[in-house]
Amino acid sequence: MNIIVFIKQVPETTQVQIDPKTNTLIREGVQSIINPFDMYAIEEGIRLKEKFGGKVTVLTMGPPQAESALREAISLGCDEGILLSDRAFAGSDTLATSYTLAMAVKKIKEFDIIICGKQASDGDTAQVGPGISTHLDIPQITYVKKIEEVKDNSAIVERMTEEGFEVIKAPLPCLITVVKEINEPRIPSLKGMMRSKKAAITTWKAIDLQAEEDRIGLKGSPTQVVKIFTPPSRPKGQIFDGAADESVAKLVDILKSQLI
Amino acid sequence: MIDYLLTEDQKMIRDLCRQITEEKITPIAAELDKTGEFPWEIIKVIAQSDLFGLVIEEKYGGMGGGVLDVCIAMEEFSKGCGGVAITYAASGLGTYPIILYGNEEQKNKYLPVLAKGEKIAAFGLTEPAAGSDASAIQTTAKKEGNHYILNGTKHFITNGGDAQIYIIIAITNKSKGARGVSAFIVEKDTPGFTFGKKEDKMGIRASSTRELIFTDCKIPKENLLAREGQGFIITMKIFDISRPGVAAQALGIAQGALDAAVKYARERVQFGKPISSFQGIQFMLADMATQVEAARALVYATAREIDSGNKNVGSDSAIAKLFASDTAMKVTTDAVQIFGGYGYMKEYPVEKYMRDAKITQIYEGTNQIQRNIIAQALIKEAAKNKKK
Repeated sequence: MNIIVFIKQVPETTQVQIDPKTNTLIREGVQSIINPFDMYAIEEGIRLKEKFGGKVTVLTMGPPQAESALREAISLGCDEGILLSDRAFAGSDTLATSYTLAMAVKKIKEFDIIICGKQASDGDTAQVGPGISTHLDIPQITYVKKIEEVKDNSAIVERMTEEGFEVIKAPLPCLITVVKEINEPRIPSLKGMMRSKKAAITTWKAIDLQAEEDRIGLKGSPTQVVKIFTPPSRPKGQIFDGAADESVAKLVDILKSQLI
Repeated sequence: MIDYLLTEDQKMIRDLCRQITEEKITPIAAELDKTGEFPWEIIKVIAQSDLFGLVIEEKYGGMGGGVLDVCIAMEEFSKGCGGVAITYAASGLGTYPIILYGNEEQKNKYLPVLAKGEKIAAFGLTEPAAGSDASAIQTTAKKEGNHYILNGTKHFITNGGDAQIYIIIAITNKSKGARGVSAFIVEKDTPGFTFGKKEDKMGIRASSTRELIFTDCKIPKENLLAREGQGFIITMKIFDISRPGVAAQALGIAQGALDAAVKYARERVQFGKPISSFQGIQFMLADMATQVEAARALVYATAREIDSGNKNVGSDSAIAKLFASDTAMKVTTDAVQIFGGYGYMKEYPVEKYMRDAKITQIYEGTNQIQRNIIAQALIKEAAKNKKK
């Protein structure tokens, strides 16, 4: 079984701050991690390989330092890492990104399943996974919480919905995006870490993908971020801790005085 | 921070063990302490991370590392739970004799499964009447044809009942005294090998401690380690290299308590200020940090000395174990003091550190026995120099 996992390197979210002048993320000194949802995608990919054999190829698009995310994925058990890195990719929105990633899949050619995290913790769009499947014209199943069965060239999965879950059967190849309920990501092994240190990471540029120039990077991105800002924090509430009827009376007085 | 010039691989071991500790051990340490349940889930994670194979040769599926690698792992695990750490180390104690004294068949049979952590090991020397005086053991191994028949009782055996592979020290020739003792590999489920009660301990409660009872337990003669009569030499040599592991356990417990004390002192407000602003507390923290760092320097230096191939390390490893464990006892007691009344409560982690620290002064040779070893080495060395 040939499994492709897409990951993204993101800033460790609890530490992110926005530069008030430029409205961009301050990335200096902030640690980069694999998008937490992608850790579940990696784990599920490795579990499929352990069950059915084959190999897991992990891909990411990003600056050269994103290579460390691929190495981490290899330390967990992925077999091969491919980095899509080119100045021409800079400024990609979700449309251009998913096009670029889909072109990389076309270059790989043979695959049975693509696994993505449900969304990235920095952009939170949840659009790239579905975008890739659209560009490739293959079925997509989002918010997968369990792979029940893979056989006869199809997959049966459970997909989370707000009310419960759906059981869906899709032919392979297909793309799934996974939620954190699907598994518990493993801790790397020493042998995996040593292998990842030595692993050769392939880098593909725009030219290697035979991507159309005006569909990648800033040029291929119909959306752009106009402004990023931190919403003002809500003022503290007021607590009345007297007897119930007294507190209610007090509250009503205040509401009246503010003409609410 | 002192840079101990760890290799890239050692830093990797440290980071991996730290991740296991933070994600898997610390969150359930208090619960394991309360229930005394054997930490199988954590052992499985440690096994999958290849850490049981640290000192096992690569050709048997291990990592081919050394004592310092084990000390780094022990230090990290012990910050989370001394009980989990000793469960890991006790398996190592049962593995070392096979690494160092096993023949090729024994190594091929046991080391690969131990490296993978599919089975864990234990070491059985102590008996009810033979603690510090190991020569007083009474368990016997009588040769009968192609077998040895074991009779006797071992007690206070870490991993007893949970380990699958045991190294047992027993008398093969009583008339020869210390030279009449041998070491055997005994597998769990061998007929005649049963377990007594599980001990209810003060600390390291996640680890299991049981009696091993041998009643006409018949084992194949191939399970003899090295030759008959080498049991004590094996035991002493194994303790020489395993003691730094216990010293590292003490070091990790002390560091964990120090970290907790610093954090608490910054948060706890009395007289309108964090108590970390008071010199009385600052001086305590400073002394604790100094002792912990001195212990670390000693433990790492000793481990490196062993890894460099020096065979004469008995006194050095005794010094490391003595100092690190006394440091752990002192630092954890002071941590409880800094926490005040809260420190005495099980809701906070420091009283557990203090209970866990105590055993490091007792096992792997009491600290009084360590002083004997150190003093004897000193006197022997002086006598040797005089002869020259």
